[in-house]
Formats: sequence, structure tokens, C-alpha cells
Amino acid sequence: MALSLYNYWIVIVLMMTGFYIVIRSTNLVKKIVGLNIFQTSVFILYISMGKVEGGTAPIVTDGATAYSNPLPHVLILTAIVVGVATTALGLTLVVRIKEAYGSVDEEAIQRQDREA
Amino acid sequence: MIDEHLPVLQVVVPLLAAPMCLLLGRGTLAWGLATAVGWFALYVALSLLGSVPAGGEIRYALGGWAAPWGIEYRVDRLDSYVLVIVAAVGALVLTYARASVAREIARHQHAAFYAALLLCLAGLLGIVITGDAFNLFVFLEISSLSSYALISLGRDRRALTASYQYLIMGTLGATFILIGVGLLYMVTGTLNMLDLAERLPALGDNRTVLAAFAFLVVGICLKIALFPLHLWLPNAYAYAPSVVTAFLAGTATKVAIYVLLRFLFTIFGAGFSFSGMLLSALLMVLALLGVLVASTVAIFQNDVKRMLAYSSVAQIGYIVLGISLVSVTGLTAALVHLFNHAVMKAALFLALGAVVYRVGGARLEDMKGLGRAMPLTLAAFVAGGLSLIGVPLTAGFISKWYLVLAALEAGWWPIALLVLIGSLLAVVYVWRVVETAYMQPRPAGAAAVSEAPWHMLLPIWALVVANVWLGIDTDLTVGIAGGVAVELLGGAP
Amino acid sequence: MSALLPAAMLLPLVAVPLIVLLDRYPNRREAVSLVTGGLLFALVVALVPDVAAGGRPAWTLAEPLPGIALAFEVEPLGLIMALVASFLWMVTTVYSIGYMRGHHEKHQTRFYAFFAIAIASTIGAAFAANLVTLFVFYEALTLSTFPLVTHAGTDEARRAGRTYLGVLIGSSIGLLLLAIAWTWNLTGSVTFTPGGILAGHATDGTVLVLYALFLFGIGKAALMPLHRWLPAAMVAPTPVSALLHAVAVVKIGVFSVLKVSIYIFGPALLTSSGAGMALAYVAATTILLGSLVAMRQDNLKRLLAYSTVSQLSYIVLGATLANAWGIVGGSLHIVMHAFGKITLFFCAGAILVASNKTRVSQLDGIGRRMPWTLGAFTVGALSMVGVPPLAGFVSKWYLLLGSITAEQYFVVAVIIVRPLLNAAYFVPIIYVAFFRPPASGVHGEREYGEAPLPMVAALVATAVLTVTLFFYPDWALALAEQLVGGP
Repeated sequence: MALSLYNYWIVIVLMMTGFYIVIRSTNLVKKIVGLNIFQTSVFILYISMGKVEGGTAPIVTDGATAYSNPLPHVLILTAIVVGVATTALGLTLVVRIKEAYGSVDEEAIQRQDREA
Repeated sequence: MIDEHLPVLQVVVPLLAAPMCLLLGRGTLAWGLATAVGWFALYVALSLLGSVPAGGEIRYALGGWAAPWGIEYRVDRLDSYVLVIVAAVGALVLTYARASVAREIARHQHAAFYAALLLCLAGLLGIVITGDAFNLFVFLEISSLSSYALISLGRDRRALTASYQYLIMGTLGATFILIGVGLLYMVTGTLNMLDLAERLPALGDNRTVLAAFAFLVVGICLKIALFPLHLWLPNAYAYAPSVVTAFLAGTATKVAIYVLLRFLFTIFGAGFSFSGMLLSALLMVLALLGVLVASTVAIFQNDVKRMLAYSSVAQIGYIVLGISLVSVTGLTAALVHLFNHAVMKAALFLALGAVVYRVGGARLEDMKGLGRAMPLTLAAFVAGGLSLIGVPLTAGFISKWYLVLAALEAGWWPIALLVLIGSLLAVVYVWRVVETAYMQPRPAGAAAVSEAPWHMLLPIWALVVANVWLGIDTDLTVGIAGGVAVELLGGAP
Repeated sequence: MSALLPAAMLLPLVAVPLIVLLDRYPNRREAVSLVTGGLLFALVVALVPDVAAGGRPAWTLAEPLPGIALAFEVEPLGLIMALVASFLWMVTTVYSIGYMRGHHEKHQTRFYAFFAIAIASTIGAAFAANLVTLFVFYEALTLSTFPLVTHAGTDEARRAGRTYLGVLIGSSIGLLLLAIAWTWNLTGSVTFTPGGILAGHATDGTVLVLYALFLFGIGKAALMPLHRWLPAAMVAPTPVSALLHAVAVVKIGVFSVLKVSIYIFGPALLTSSGAGMALAYVAATTILLGSLVAMRQDNLKRLLAYSTVSQLSYIVLGATLANAWGIVGGSLHIVMHAFGKITLFFCAGAILVASNKTRVSQLDGIGRRMPWTLGAFTVGALSMVGVPPLAGFVSKWYLLLGSITAEQYFVVAVIIVRPLLNAAYFVPIIYVAFFRPPASGVHGEREYGEAPLPMVAALVATAVLTVTLFFYPDWALALAEQLVGGP
């Protein structure tokens, strides 16, 4: 029973992994990586939810009786684009922070701000 | 002809104007276009407000695809009310922006700046106007991404870290919302808000629905900056360019609160959201803590912008407190304060922007002697501050009055007292600035300071006049908010 | 007729831009202040016949909240308040011209402008038709007097300004606003209605708590322990102390107390619930303590401030006694104390301008150099004590009758003992001023005579009126008796 919902277990494990990295890591780049993993887990949640047991890709062909739900897939394409944009912006900020502070370590940056 | 397409024009015009700003390239031209678009958005918002019947709504099928297949734009009175807030603040801030942006942002970035500001405006307007839960997420990200970029343009390098911090927390919040929306789709098979509202009651206390609810509330509260999820806000407001701070303070958190209202009251329904008192009690405690803690922290800030940022966290507490009372008066208070706070905070941050423009900083010691040097700017600041305190004949008084009334109606007089204590804390932090500006001389050797230019003063004073006007004639705020509150609670048992 | 009320309300506000525009022409600027003062008084006087005949001119400005309008209505108590305030504004303007110039104060334009705003707020509060309107102008008065109190701009002024604003705004937002919202919540009304609106809506316990919220919330009434702002505010220029802290600010405080007692609670409810008596003890205690503290002051203005704290509680006492004598006595005391106290402040200012002295211990023999000033001082002081034939006697007589009627013998005792304390700090001043030789051998003591003419004229006028009011209190009495349903 529990294993029949294995896709949710994967989602939860990925989500917690990503969340942990975001909170725990002091490296700004790693935080972005964590954020990506966190977002990916949600993508998988959407994609797996659209899967219909025994369904095929939603293209009308002869012999197909059941189709997977295409809507979540379409939605998640949008979400992936948003995720890419976020990552790009986040990395740009990290580059600028590195230029301004000479470091991508959160603690080092905070130390500099306190001293300033 | 054009009237029937107003809902889509509201969003599409700023959205399309944003890349055009980039193409125009030159700062002044981009500013001109952005400002024109801002005023057009306000015109559309006001026309929508005028044409939405009480209790009714305007529906617009995007691209002619009827709901539930296509995305639907829906404008009821709550929508049009928030649209007016966002568009009005946007138009005034854009009008004001030119000189301030020229002073604070590198020249080659001007066009990109206005493009990002328009994108942010389009995103915020889109969140409000859409009737589709997933579309809401997309607009949320459009506005958020552009606001991260805008914040990072601040002169201080700490603007970068502030923006980064906001990006992390904002994305977490948005992803939580995405999860919530996904779970809702899973159990109902629809993303249309009206359909969701129709189908959810039949599911009862389904565990997936509960999980969706929890994800949504936490995600939205992150965007609202409800205490203790507010950590991104003070830095973001303090280090962003003055124009951006004024714009975000007047619009972003307001729209997030609108999203909360939409989900709690329209989609889940007050009966579901507040069954068992758990959420109500939680929101109430957090809101009150927010009011008291943030106001106290504000007292000890030396950077006036940061002080006002903490004050914003406290004011958000007032709004959420009104929501947590789940009564018509409480919701009226929340909605009225939504409007009033946008107006007063925008006025205060714009006045502060004028100070930065002339003096170069907004720390307390920069304010010394400005009462004489910049009388009109500082008078506007005092007027905004009085409204923040809730002095009668200003907009702030009306909000406080309803909030106290709502607390008393619910039989919770200690809450009424705490609200008023919050006001007194506001007296302290506002008065620190007033005393410094009026009763301490300019430091010896400081450069002479003159009054802000008229094109900055004009939008500031428009907001100040609105502040007083909304304290005397409350048809716009209380009139609409009262009706909306009844509509929102209409589904409640 | 109906235009009189709006005209009286708006007139001082019209003067403000004129005063600001005439910044560079002091003579014309002061002329504007004077003419406005005269016109305002004339307008208020013109309202008297109508009100005396039972008319209640009313004016509604706006309705910010459903059911709560920004509305004005002239009733006898408010009219008494407005008459006193507008008349004394006129006199004080004359006086301030002498003082501000004689003392070479800076920022005189700002001073006159905020002065006019303060008077507009006072008139607005006096004519308020409901609690919210009263609150609006009450706060406007606090804020518009803040720049006046801190006029000097020194560190001391700043500290005093903080106390002033802290106590007044703190009490009004923290307690008064809560009380008003509570009243609205209980009754669905905030309109001042003869006989009160609370009867039948609240239990005795609620009435007591609510009444205490109102009395302490009205910080301007300076009920202990909320009296601290009054002595602190004495850093203000003397005309400000005179008008605002003998007349406008403090009197709006006690006026609000009377108004709330009569029109929101109603005397009957206050008596039956016992709330009136409970607070009467607080008032009586303030009377005694205020006098005792006054005795220990050396700074003349601070002494007068504590004397004011104590005198104000007479009026609060009248309200809390909640019977006809008490209410008439309290209302009359607004008038009587105003004239006596403003005379005293005028004298303190005249002494400062002429001789640069601020302390009681410096006043030896000053009566010979400034006979008019010290003569007026004597009249004012004796009126404070309550000696006939001076104004202060009339109101105290009514209050005494009121407390006897209410069978409150502690209060009776306070009213009888208090004049002795009063005399104990005023009589020595009069004695040293007239009968002790000037301190000799003080180096650098410059020769001085009377203060500038406008100041002396003003203080003599108020002193004469203090005497006159004893013999002709009829107009005020007639109005006050309307409050309790005829003579």
C-alpha cells in the first residue's frame, strides 16, 4: 500500500533534501541548488499526478483507450520556465555579490556587513 | 467596444509596455512611457471599479476560451478595489520616479529599471484580476522576479544580499503555493477559482485538501511577511531604491493579503478555513506579536527607511488581525487598512525618497534640521506619520476605529487595548523623526539643502491629500470594504 | 443665523494663511491676529441669545463613518467654553504682542499661526456634537500646541515636549479612544444627548470602569497621576502658558469631563451606579496633593501649574458629584478659574519680561517697581483662594453646596481646607512683593519698571474682570442652569 504511492515518497524525500540544503548551507550557490531540488520535487508531484494507469501520451491515435492528463504537464512546463528564470536571477545575484564582497559564503558576508 | 476588453487591457498593456521600455533605451523616454502606462492602468482600474455591480462580477474569457478550459479573468468588487490600490500607487510612484531614479541608479540601467517596474506592476495586477489558481502563481512569480531585480539595484551592496534573501524566501513561498494549487487540482480536477469553490465543500475534511490548505496558508503568509515570516522584508525595503520601496510597500504585500483573502474566503470558504478556531487563533496571535514586536524594533532603528519597513510589518499585523476576527467589522477593518496603509506608506516612503534625493541618505542624523530646509517634504512626512499613528481626520484613524470596534464586538477588549498600544509605539518612532527634523539644527559644515523639486512634491502631496480625504470621506474605502466583507463572509454558515 | 456657527469655526483657520503670508510685516500680522480675535468673540457672542432662548444651532460637516458624523451643536456648556476661550484669545493676543517683542522671541510667525490653529481646535471641541468630533479636535489641540510648547527649541523644551505629547497622546489614544469605541459598541451612539445615552446599556461595574477610562483618558484634565505634562509644559513662552494652560488646553480637558458626565453618562446614572462618587475621591485627592506640591515650588510658573492641577480637579469634582449644584459649580469654575489664572500667568510673564525673574525667592520688593502687575497678581491669587468679592468664590460656593447635597463630608472637608493651603503659598508672595525691601547688594541688578504697555493693559483688564464676574455672574449662571434644567 505504502509503496503503491512511491511517487509521493520520492517527492517528499526530494523536497526535504532541497529544503534542508536551503536552510543549512551557507554557500549561496549551494542554496540555489537546494532551491532547484525543492522546485523539482514539485514538478514531479505535478507530472506524476497527471499519469493515468495504462494511459498513453495524449495524442489521438488508433487503439488508445486511455490518455494521461496533459494539463499538469503543460502547467509544469510553465513552472519549469519560472524555475529557470529564478535560478538565472539568483545566480546573477550571486555573481554580483561575489563582485561586491569577494565571497559567496553567507557568514563571511554577514561579518563584512557587521564590520562596515 | 474597448470597454468589454478592459480586464485584459489592465494586464496586457503594462506587460507589453515593459519590453518597449527596453527598446526605447533612453531613460527619459522609458520613464514617459512607463508613466503613461501607469496612468492608463489606473484609468482602467477605476472604470472597472465603476462598472462592477455590487455583489456581481465581470467575467472575461481570455482568448475566447470559455472557462473551465480557458483562463478566465474575473473582476468582482474586491478585485477592483485592490486593482485601484495597486494602480493608483503605481501611477503616482511612476510619476515621481524620474528624478529619484536618475539620482540613485546608474544611467545605463534606467530603461531596464522601468521595464522591470512595469513587469512588476503587470504581475501584481494580474494576480488580482485572474480567476485561475495556476495563472495566479505565474503572475506571482512575474511580480516577484521583477521585484528581486528591482531591489538589487539599490546603491548599497547590501541591496544584493537583501534581494538574494528575498529571492530564496519568496521562491520557497511561491513553491508552497504551487504545491497547494497542485494538490487542489488533484482532488478537484479544476484550477478555476469558482469551480474550486463549488467542488471543495463536497470533499469535506479530505486530508489532501487539508494539506493543500496548509501549504497555501504558509506560502501566502511568507509573501505577506506576516510575523515571524517577515525576515526578508526589512532589509529588502531598507536597501532597495527609494522608488522601489515606495512601490512595493504600497502594493506587493497588499496583493499578497488579497491572495490570502481569496483563498481563505472565496475558495475554501470561511466555514472551512476557520472551523475549529485553530487558524483564527494562530493568525491572531501572530498578528498581535507582529504589531508589538515590529513596532518596538522600529523604535530602535537608526535608518528611517528600515524603521518604516518594520512599521510595515506591524501594519500587516493590523490587517491580518482584522482578518483573524472573521467578522464583517473585522474584515472591513482589514480591507480599509489595506487601502489606507498603501496610501500612507507610499506617501512616507516617497517623502523619504525626496530626502535621499537632496541629502543623500535616510539615516536619522541625515534628517537633522530638515524641518526648516525642506518644509514641504517634512510636512508631508509628518502628515503620513500622523496617519500611521491613527490621529483623527487621517485615513489611519478610520482603520484603527474599525479594528478596535471589531475587537470589542468579539468581546476581546484586551486586543483592542493592544491595538491602541501599537498606535502609541508608532507615536514614539514617528516622533523620533519629527524631533530630529524640527528641533535639531543641521550639523555644522553640512551642505545646504533645498526643498525637493515640484515634480517630486506633487505626487507626495497627492498622497497626503488622499490620506486626509480618506479620513473624512470614507465612501470609497469603508463603503466598498463593508460590502466586500459581507460578500466574503456570504458563504460562511 | 445658521451661518454663525460655521463662521466661528472657520474664522481662525482663515487667519492662519494670512499670518503666514504676512511673515515680514509684524504689525500687519499682529493686526490680523487681533481683528480675528475680535471678530471671533463677536461671532460667539452673537450665538448667545439663540442658545439662551433654548435654540441649539447645529452644523454637520461630513460623515466619515456610518452613523458617526463630524458634527457640531452649540449647547450652553460649549458656549460658555467658547466665550471664555475666544475672549481670552483676544486679550492674550494683545499681551503676546508685548511679550514676544519685549522678550525678543524668534519664529513669531510660527507662533501666531499655531496659536490660531489651537484656538480653532478649541472652538471645534467646544461645539462638538458627539464624542468622535470632540476627540478629533481634542487631538488637533494637542498637536497644534506641541510646537508652541517646544517653541524655545532647547533640550529642555524637547524633553518637556516629549512628556507633554507622551502623556496627552498616550492617555487619549490608549484610554479615551478605547472608551469611545466601547461606548459606541454598547449603545450604537456617540452623540451628546441630554440625560445621557448609557443608562440601561451597561451594568454598574461597566459604568465605573468606563467612567474611569474617560476621566483618566482625558489627560488634559490633569487628574493625578496624569498631571505631569502640565508643569512640564511650562517651558513654553508665557502667553502660551497663559492661554493654553490656563484656558484652552486644560479647560478643554475638564470641559470634556463635564460634557461626558452630563451628556454621555447622565447625572442620574453616575449617582445610581456609584461611579461618580468613586472618582470624586480621586479628584479630591488631586486637589489636596496638587496644592501641597505647589507649596514646595520656587519657580513661579511651576507653582501656578500645580495650582492649576489642583483647581482643575474642582471642576472634575463638580462633574463627579453629579447633582445640580455640582454641575453648575463646575461649569462656572471653568469661567472663574480661567480669568483668575490667566491674570496670574500674565503677571508671571510681565515679571519675566520686565525684570528677568522667574523664581518666587527673587520677588522681594518687586511690588514697588511693578505696582500694577503685582496688584493684578493679588487679585488673581485671592480669587484662586476663593475670597469674596472675587470670581473664584462664586463657583466654589456652588461646589460646596453640591458636596453637602451629595453628603460627601470628605469632599466638604477638602473644599474647606484647600483654600487655606492655597493661601499658604499665595499670601507669602504678595507679602514679600509689597512689604519686603528689594534685595540689596545684588550686583548687576538692572533698573526696571513695569512691563510693556500691551502686557500691563491685558493683565489689568483680566484682573478687573475677575472682580466684575463676582458681581455679574448672571450670564454664565443662566447658561449653566440650562444644563440642569432651569434655575
